[in-house]
Amino acid sequence: MDGLFSIVPLIILAPFTGVLINVFFGRKLMPRRDSVAPGVIASSMAGFSFLIAVLMFFALLANPAGAEVPVLTWINVGDGDFTLHIPWTLKVDTLSSVMMLVVTGVGTLIHIYAIGYMHGDIDEKAASRGLEGEEALDFKRRRYARFFAFFNLFLGSMLVLVTANNYLMMFVGWELVGLCSYLLIGFWFDSPEKNEAGQIIGVLNSSAGRKAFVVNRVGDFGMLLAIMLIFWSFGTLEFDDVFARAECMIEAPQAECLTLSAAELAPQGEGEAAAEEHGEGEARALTTPIALGPFAPTLGVVVTAITLLLLLGATGKSAQIPLFVWLPDAMAGPTPVSALIHAATMVTAGIYMITRSNVLYAMAPVSGMVVAVIGGATAFVAASIAVAQFDIKRVLAYSTISQLGFMIAAVGLGGYIAGIFHLATHAFFKALLFLGSGSVIHGMEHGHHHAHGQGEHHDAPHGEDERPFDPQDMRQMGGLRKHMPVTTWVYIIGALALAGIPPLAGFWSKDEILLDASLNSTLVYILLTVAAFFTAFYMGRQVFMVFYGSERTEAARHAQESPPVMTIPLIVLAGLSVVGGLINLPVGGLHPLGRWLEESVANAHIASFNILVATISTVLALVAIGLSYLLYGRKPLEEGEADPLYSTGPVFTFLNRKWYWDELYAAIFVRPYNRLGDFLANAVDWQFWHDFVHDRIIADAFQGWAAILSRPIDLGIVDGAVNGVAQLVESTSRSLRRVQTGYVRNYALAVLMGVVAILAYLAIRFLV
Amino acid sequence: MIPLHWFLLVAAGLFSLGVYGVLARRNAVAILMSIELMLNAVNLNLVAFWRYMAPETLSGQAFAVFVFAVAAAEAAVGLALIISIYRNRETVVAEDINMLKW
Amino acid sequence: MNLPTLESINLAASLPVLILAGWACLLTAIDLFISPERKHWTAWLAVLGLLASGVALGFEAVAYSQRGAVSAFGDMAVVDGFALFLQGVFLLSAFLGILLALNYLPRHNIERGEYYTLLLFTTSGMMLMAMAADLIVVFLALELLSLPLYVLSGFAHPRLDSEEAAMKYFLLGAFASGFLVYGIALTYGGAGTTLLSGVVEALVGGGPAPNPVLAIVGMGLILVGLGFKVAAVPFHMWTPDVYQGAPTPVTAFMSVGAKAGGFAALLRVFLIAFPATGDTWGVVIAIIAALTMILGNVVAISQSNVKRMLAYSSIAHAGYVLVAVAAARYPEVEPLAVSAAVFYLLTYAVTNLGAFAIVIALERDDGTGVEVEDFAGLAKTRPWLAIAMTLFMLSLTGIPPSAGMVGKFFVFQAAVQASVGDPLILTVTIIGVLTSVISAFYYLRIPVMMYFRDGEGQANVQPALGVALALTALATFLLGVVPAPFLQMARHALLTLAG
Repeated sequence: MDGLFSIVPLIILAPFTGVLINVFFGRKLMPRRDSVAPGVIASSMAGFSFLIAVLMFFALLANPAGAEVPVLTWINVGDGDFTLHIPWTLKVDTLSSVMMLVVTGVGTLIHIYAIGYMHGDIDEKAASRGLEGEEALDFKRRRYARFFAFFNLFLGSMLVLVTANNYLMMFVGWELVGLCSYLLIGFWFDSPEKNEAGQIIGVLNSSAGRKAFVVNRVGDFGMLLAIMLIFWSFGTLEFDDVFARAECMIEAPQAECLTLSAAELAPQGEGEAAAEEHGEGEARALTTPIALGPFAPTLGVVVTAITLLLLLGATGKSAQIPLFVWLPDAMAGPTPVSALIHAATMVTAGIYMITRSNVLYAMAPVSGMVVAVIGGATAFVAASIAVAQFDIKRVLAYSTISQLGFMIAAVGLGGYIAGIFHLATHAFFKALLFLGSGSVIHGMEHGHHHAHGQGEHHDAPHGEDERPFDPQDMRQMGGLRKHMPVTTWVYIIGALALAGIPPLAGFWSKDEILLDASLNSTLVYILLTVAAFFTAFYMGRQVFMVFYGSERTEAARHAQESPPVMTIPLIVLAGLSVVGGLINLPVGGLHPLGRWLEESVANAHIASFNILVATISTVLALVAIGLSYLLYGRKPLEEGEADPLYSTGPVFTFLNRKWYWDELYAAIFVRPYNRLGDFLANAVDWQFWHDFVHDRIIADAFQGWAAILSRPIDLGIVDGAVNGVAQLVESTSRSLRRVQTGYVRNYALAVLMGVVAILAYLAIRFLV
Repeated sequence: MIPLHWFLLVAAGLFSLGVYGVLARRNAVAILMSIELMLNAVNLNLVAFWRYMAPETLSGQAFAVFVFAVAAAEAAVGLALIISIYRNRETVVAEDINMLKW
Repeated sequence: MNLPTLESINLAASLPVLILAGWACLLTAIDLFISPERKHWTAWLAVLGLLASGVALGFEAVAYSQRGAVSAFGDMAVVDGFALFLQGVFLLSAFLGILLALNYLPRHNIERGEYYTLLLFTTSGMMLMAMAADLIVVFLALELLSLPLYVLSGFAHPRLDSEEAAMKYFLLGAFASGFLVYGIALTYGGAGTTLLSGVVEALVGGGPAPNPVLAIVGMGLILVGLGFKVAAVPFHMWTPDVYQGAPTPVTAFMSVGAKAGGFAALLRVFLIAFPATGDTWGVVIAIIAALTMILGNVVAISQSNVKRMLAYSSIAHAGYVLVAVAAARYPEVEPLAVSAAVFYLLTYAVTNLGAFAIVIALERDDGTGVEVEDFAGLAKTRPWLAIAMTLFMLSLTGIPPSAGMVGKFFVFQAAVQASVGDPLILTVTIIGVLTSVISAFYYLRIPVMMYFRDGEGQANVQPALGVALALTALATFLLGVVPAPFLQMARHALLTLAG
């Protein structure tokens, strides 16, 4: 079975092959407007990857230790004391296998969904730009193939990230997924999303992409510093070696540990011995000095610095305070992108990275606490913001941030299993919710066109006149239950799972996080519990606003169910959201995921089920849903009616404006930066350097000198020298060319001359 | 017995004749013949060396046989090329064949 | 006198060469039964032979990684990393050579099955050359390499230029191989043996060294013969004429295969048989390298025919490899220099075959269309082609991100290491850097033509050619971006003494 591990490179190769196919042949594969070949190719590549992930899973069942499969040597420089050896080696262990399964499994479903969704989306965009016939077809070919090329590129990049066996390769994947995220957020880079009234709805897509990229760079900067610090202190970047050396340094001086490698340690039983060691390690003050250039901080300080810098990276990618502001804007991308990248997979990279580095976090309790508090605070803040949003995708975006906060809090408290567990279940139900919202948007757009087409016959004035049509505005929906039954049911399942209602998937994983929090930190526990309450409330609000009550616009009245290519993935995901909790059922000491992850996460500990915590969270969730029913369900909003939460006045505005985070950043960073840039450009660069230094001092002086020099020297000396070299080469070239007479005997003579010259030299050397 | 260097001198003379022929003759067939002369000088050398210096191994002799064979193959290829040129241009004078130059 | 045993012959070790040569013989016969309009069958059969040989080579490589070098034919041939690496390069070049010809031959009305069999023969000669550990084998391999190439150069007959190229190549090649074999004979006389390992023993004084002077004169003449093969100044003069006149796929194949074959012999003969006189031949080769780089690069500037320009460029590149050869005479630099040389040959092979593939795409049926002006406006009409050509030109100049840059880097690195205490090599290295700057003049003229001149650049890319182009462009790019695995292989391409 071990030989099976060696096929793991295919998991990355397949999506990249899909990229190449779609880049080079994607457009040719679409002879007609309804062709789906690029999507089918991309989906089958994703499906193939999933197959490989499943095979890896079975291989791991047989041999839980996993394997490292070398692909190629990327960097190999230096010798002696300083060597940097970075192989591209794929690490297959239980942790990366969970990630592979989630990424490829959910990824495949979303790829399939996108086959249908992007057709509608692109047609819609083409129509709104007034493209027709051949032009529209060409537009569609380009965009459809491009979308799936990017989508496969993302999948491959994400797999590079999760299969990396060292920090630098992980960083490569990290950057690649960031790039894909940027490309896909700005997929409609040229469309400012105008409605018929010519107003711009939401953020300009290209600037949303830019925002994501820039904010992420801030986090990446921290990550890069962390990687450098790791290499500086431990002399390697491979996960196992870094951890082995770090643990070694607890006991022994740095120099002794620098040659250690995990492979040599492996024979010793890792399980209990390692765990015991940790117990002691944490209690000890880590005082081993680490030589870093002129400084020699203690091991504890170094590890704390590394872990905090890694956390900065995680806050960027996983959208945590203070770097979460990019994620809501990222919803400008097509909905499958939001589902795959900005909900299910890429944003969980931070959680994965911290889990992967658990050995380091175990050595730095301070960092762990910081992680947990940041996660808890984010969960709370984002959940509260979600309560007061009207855009269906924005609610989900803040919900994602909030749930990511749950996971970060979990891993910060050492609940790695709970974190990864929630990561997996969240991938199921959040992908489901996003895709469901996509289905709703799709239906609304359809309905809008339908209504618009017959607009002349419907002269009764409706709410449309007051507010321009926006397919994502929940205030314009309502009553969709009657038009989109499948979407409604799967959406409700997703919402209940997210709200944490037993026995759906979200209940089990959220409960495990709350349990970890209740044992370790009251503050975090309270933050998370309140966040969980908000979660149930805003999901109830959303479901009642979107699917219940009466239709508030024409578009809603004519909404249509989406095609099967979209609903089938939804149903599969709904099934997963229902039974997903089984993968780590705490009943009867089972904990399958926990036992699975113990193989590769050294500091994993299995939490037992606590009926009190579970009851509190369930009761709170039910109360929140009840509250939302009172506000939105019992007496549904009518056309044009205001949200009942408006009655809370400034509180609502505060939440609706997202705690004024964007304004805060604008005041602290963006505007001062703009002013600084302005100052540098106008005052320093233009007025000082250009007008004064350059024009006045340099140019005038130069002109003076030039006037003096030009008279005698302008006789062609300098000019001649410059041109002369070029001319010399060329004329030499021309004359040497003439030597080539074309006469074969002349060539033979040249050979003979060569012979004579060589023999003459030899003769002089040896005879004289 | 005749000293070794006599053979070497004869061979060197023969080789030089061949080289001279390549440079001096205008007819491509004659140039080819001169090259054969050079190869024969080599054979003379090889056999002489074998006889005088390493008679216990066969390599000198064997080498000479290889040179024969290669010379024959060269002659075959060369004559074929010359004939095909002659058919086209009605000349085998090396000087007339200089379309390609510079 | 020991009769050779089956074990000392070690047929298994030379299986790749034997398969190829044997298949070439068979294919010559099979080709008779393939009707003229189905000659592409011969091509695919030839590819099959290359594939079989490649598989055998793969097994050899695996075996090598486990048990190291072995000798075959009673020490007359040796299978070591050096041989295996270059044999791989030869097989790759031959495969590309077939792809380039597949559409070219019918288009130019010269589709005959012999092209493919001759190609297999000459490839087997090159592969034999890479493993030659005896001067007799060197000579045989050289002839096996050369004779089919003479015929291939004239393959486009009755086109006059092709015939002329063949005749010039033949007369000069035979002339030069006369010197080579004379030199071998003298070395044999001087050392009493033709085994390379025997020659070294005789020269360093361990064995009976009746006449070192003979061996040293022989060494000079061997240098002449091999210098001719690699087109080093002043034995280069056949190159432009032959490259211009020969059918373009032949030129492409010849420019990489024959050159690499020559260098294979040059490196092995001089480093294994004549290390004792390194200070002598090192000087000669360094001077030749300098002259070659200067002449090749300078004369290329005034060429307007792209094939001819690439011929001079090929001369220039021989100069760069010669720098590595000269540097290799220092034992401490030898491993680096040898791997730099073979890596350079690999990069040159993929780049140059790619460049010629583009020339083939542009060449019209009457053999015209290969002037520099014909590239004008190609970027508009065939953007991918223009990008590929730009990549090849960058690679030939040695600008990143391309294979050529990495190749040059390692050659110069070896040269710089060798130049410690050797001002001559230092001078040659500086000349190398300067001339590669000069080379930008003529290489970059083509991208300038393609991107900034108006014109209707016409090209005809048929499937096989497209595959060849894609492969070479990808290889050129990959070797420039992730050279590590290939360098790793080149590092193992070390010379081993036979036995």
